Amino acid sequence: MALSLEYAPATGVLSSVWLLVAIPLASAAILLLLGKRADKWGHWLGVLAVASSFVLGLIFFLSLSGLEETKRSAELSLFDFIQVGALKVDFGMLFDPLSGVFVLLITGVGSLIHLYAVGYMEHDPGRRRFFAYFNLFVAAMLLLVLGNNYVMLYFGWEGVGLASYLLISFWYTRPSAATAGKKAFLMNRVGDAGLAIGVFLMFTTLGSTQYSAVFSGVTSLSATTVLVMGLLLLLGAAGKSGQFPLQAWLPDAMEGPTPVSALIHAATMVTAGVYLIARSNPIFSANETLQLIVVSVGALTLLIGCVIGSAKDDIKRILAWSTVSQIGYMFLGVGLGGAAYGLAIVHLLAHGFFKANMFLGAGSVMHGMHDQVDIRRFGGLSKHMRITWLTFATGWLAIIGIPPLSGFFSKEPIIAAAFEREVTWQAWVFGLAALLGAGLTAFYMTRLFVLTFHGPARWTEENKHPHESPALMTIPLILLAVGSVAAGWVMSTTVPEWLTPVLGGEEGEVHGVLSHTVITVLSLVVTVAGAGLAWSMFRKGTALEPQPAGVLVTAARRNLYTDAFNEAVFERPGKYLTRALVYLDAKGIDGIVNGLAAAVGGSSSRLRRLQTGFVRSYALSMLTGAMLIVGAFLAIQLGWLA
Amino acid sequence: MTNFPFLSVLTLLPLVGAISVACIPRAKAELAKIVALIWSLVVLVLSIFMWVAFTVGSPDRFQFHEKYAWIPSWNASFTFAADGIALVMLMLIAVLFPVVILASWHDVDQSKRSAPTYFALLLAFEFTMIGVFAAADVFLFYVFFEIMLIPMYFIIGSFGSGQKQYAAVKFFLYSLVGGLFMLAAVVGLWVIGGHTFEFSALVDAAKTFDQDTARWLFLGFFVAFAIKAPFFPFHTWLPDSGGAAPAGAAALLVGVMDKVGTFGILRYCLPLFPEASRWFAPAAMVLAVVGIIYAALLAVGQNDLKRLVSYTSIAHFGFIGIGIFAFTTQGGTGSVLYMVNHGLATGLLFIVVGMFVARRGSSLVSDFGGAGKMVPALAGVLFFAGLASLALPGTAPFVSEFLVLLGTFSTNKAYAVIATVGIVLAAAYVLWMIQRTTQGTLNPALEDVPAMKKDLSLREKVVVAPLIALLLVLGFYPKPVTDVINPAVEQTLLDVGTQDPGPSAVADGKAGR
Repeated sequence: MALSLEYAPATGVLSSVWLLVAIPLASAAILLLLGKRADKWGHWLGVLAVASSFVLGLIFFLSLSGLEETKRSAELSLFDFIQVGALKVDFGMLFDPLSGVFVLLITGVGSLIHLYAVGYMEHDPGRRRFFAYFNLFVAAMLLLVLGNNYVMLYFGWEGVGLASYLLISFWYTRPSAATAGKKAFLMNRVGDAGLAIGVFLMFTTLGSTQYSAVFSGVTSLSATTVLVMGLLLLLGAAGKSGQFPLQAWLPDAMEGPTPVSALIHAATMVTAGVYLIARSNPIFSANETLQLIVVSVGALTLLIGCVIGSAKDDIKRILAWSTVSQIGYMFLGVGLGGAAYGLAIVHLLAHGFFKANMFLGAGSVMHGMHDQVDIRRFGGLSKHMRITWLTFATGWLAIIGIPPLSGFFSKEPIIAAAFEREVTWQAWVFGLAALLGAGLTAFYMTRLFVLTFHGPARWTEENKHPHESPALMTIPLILLAVGSVAAGWVMSTTVPEWLTPVLGGEEGEVHGVLSHTVITVLSLVVTVAGAGLAWSMFRKGTALEPQPAGVLVTAARRNLYTDAFNEAVFERPGKYLTRALVYLDAKGIDGIVNGLAAAVGGSSSRLRRLQTGFVRSYALSMLTGAMLIVGAFLAIQLGWLA
Repeated sequence: MTNFPFLSVLTLLPLVGAISVACIPRAKAELAKIVALIWSLVVLVLSIFMWVAFTVGSPDRFQFHEKYAWIPSWNASFTFAADGIALVMLMLIAVLFPVVILASWHDVDQSKRSAPTYFALLLAFEFTMIGVFAAADVFLFYVFFEIMLIPMYFIIGSFGSGQKQYAAVKFFLYSLVGGLFMLAAVVGLWVIGGHTFEFSALVDAAKTFDQDTARWLFLGFFVAFAIKAPFFPFHTWLPDSGGAAPAGAAALLVGVMDKVGTFGILRYCLPLFPEASRWFAPAAMVLAVVGIIYAALLAVGQNDLKRLVSYTSIAHFGFIGIGIFAFTTQGGTGSVLYMVNHGLATGLLFIVVGMFVARRGSSLVSDFGGAGKMVPALAGVLFFAGLASLALPGTAPFVSEFLVLLGTFSTNKAYAVIATVGIVLAAAYVLWMIQRTTQGTLNPALEDVPAMKKDLSLREKVVVAPLIALLLVLGFYPKPVTDVINPAVEQTLLDVGTQDPGPSAVADGKAGR
């Protein structure tokens, strides 16, 4: 790694990158401030704002690619945000290859989902408010990836947390939505606290929070400092990305409207943790223990997500656990380091397409089925929703990794990279975990797909007439389906190359414990096996009620008892603690003080008189005070004390 | 304009205003309100002029110096002067009072009490507040420190709700006890400081103080300020007072008056007793950190909105405390900025809570539930105030909390890490409060309250708008304020004799590699 890292100053068009954030932010402000007056056209303003950011992002991206490879970055300092003592924090932005691809993902997929939401939210009286929050999210997310220092990142980081909270609890009159929003914000804040302490540590050790200074200074840090700093960042990343041990909020986040699940809780915000680690690659690459921990978190989470996803019946929750699992793959990738950084980003982008596609597909199904979410109550929908069915199929084939769809090009290389770890036992453990995950993914996604679109109809009484969604919703689906098909193939070599200036160059030939061909064959075999098993099990439908199950399935249905653990260890003791403290404060501390006052006053009856507020007592204390003052000064005047 | 006697005029203006409002007959309540509002606006305008006249980066830490004879035999005089710290606090006072007066417009209408008295008391309170921050004579400061109790005592005791008498007396006694400790210390300071009360002379004399005496005197001041702030375990008067006081007055109580405690520590304890400050710092840090966690947990458990906000303030004062005793530029500047931002954010929170309470006729959380459906805009403002209170980036308190924690981290890692847990708890108490009051299924009892059907009125919009605007502007661009605070904090730390630690990796590099 270079000892001093500098970003080229923004020139030409690139000096307007701030517009990317400003436009959606302004739109959000207008929608919130105008209130009902904007109800008629507010949603179109929201779409327009994100679409213009996309067009601008594309212009900036092209102009960045026109620069020489070594100078391919644009840093822009807008104004001094905080300047106190040695601390100097820019309100600054950095548009480089890494933030560039994120900008395109956020605004590109974002535009499609905004468009879809116009149709999806058509009958909701809160549509304008929805678009205001949605725009706010886009602005915060863009700030997160465009900041040129960790404080800006934190700014956006908490901003997306706010937007996520607002959108999860969008239907705030539902107690479950309000609770889910709060849970998401709180678990995110646990991660945020870690990230914040990490930033403090950067300042005290390196004297700066700017990316350039921090990355240049990493080599001067002790191994322990790097490890601690990395773990703190990892805690933040885990919170935002729903990784172990902070994964429990993400499935509950499905309480929000489906476009929210697609944009925030699948395609963009939840991948912010991956961005953080990729952005901080000089820190993570500097410590092998740290990388091992990231890899372990990724591998563990990807399995947790698969196992729980296989046992759920709520279409959105299955997709949510699948998101947890897929981000596990990305963490695995960024943890492996080296060339795998780029692979993780490719998977992130590909996932953005196919997962958004499937979430919107799920929304389309719900739209036609009276908001039913239980896959046991679907079945045979392929005939009634042709477009949704076909587009969903591309997402399904993409996520399980059937060539030549995008998941094949993005997930399989990560599995291969896991098998290439230098330490043999690690190569086997992480490689096999990733491989097992691929098989399980194929199983639960096929189960979802078959139970929804094929087999006998198991609809409830009110859902007798499923229908296809309007064009406003199907057009985004079709475009995302095209992405799900082609994105992996297009990006698999171009994106890692494009990201080389940020993430480091290609490493030489690495030999894993298995050859690449063997791994490719193996992952195709487990995928087909998993999918085939699910197809044969569920092609004739499934029972309508939960069936008695073994230990593993029961555990998976209960989220592997992680919620129970959180409740038993944090929630309930926390409630008792606050109740005990309220009692203690009233009876204990206040009691002691009142008791002391009583003792000083000589009798508790006098205190009681004070408490009932006799003016006499008040006057008495005034008089005592005044007498003391005068007495003291007389004493001084007379020289008793001097 | 710089020769204009800003500080004395600024101090006296609200006093004259208070007297004139008090003279208005009880029947002409509207007139009294309008006159009070005009006086507070005049103070605001003058403060803005003073802000402009203040020279940032001037070698004189104290500006607008004025001195008038008072008690020559004691060497006590009416000395006024303001450094950056005092200036931002004066500005906060000037902004908050008109807002609170407008917010309290109908507070007295329903009661049998006299409206002119109430608004005169508010202006009298402004007089004592400005005085206490503008004083540059220790005795003058002490006098203001004591007399500021009187208007607030009557505001709580006569115009409050619930256990108002109990709360008022408790408030008074706590402060009085603290005041007595301070009086003893003031006298002692006069004795060893060369028989003067002049702040600048005392700072010069501070180097000659005997170590043990200085520690005792520090303690005298510190106890008074710790009760006022309040720090754990001297805090139990605040929830009672904040719960009983009218919401607007409560906003002033925690927004401005309590800052006298933390301001006093920075202004008097640190420069006058530098060695003692360093010696006591670990103990003060512990109290502050305990306060952050303890009060936050208590806030989670409250069922009364006004008491809840009071407890959040105690937690916030813990942050201010660690920032001060971290002895770093970031910690100190962060603390002062925290005082300002907390005044705006908690002031807004109290005012909005007051709007809810005025509609519902109850401050109990359990009397609300799903209120967002009935008063969406008001609920939105409550949410915004809550976000500012939990220091979300984009709102001003983020900057100050970030500075405090960062500044504390560079000298006291463990305390900073524990305090950072406080930001998670802050999210918990704010969001749970929001959930129980405005979200969820609508409490059917609310539909029977006609006032709950009225969303923000124009007057209420005018009240909240400036606070929201300031919180946002300072959240994105705090520099105009930090630039004013910085030099004064740097000077204070110079007095204390501490220096910011440099970046450790760079320092190690020089030493070893």
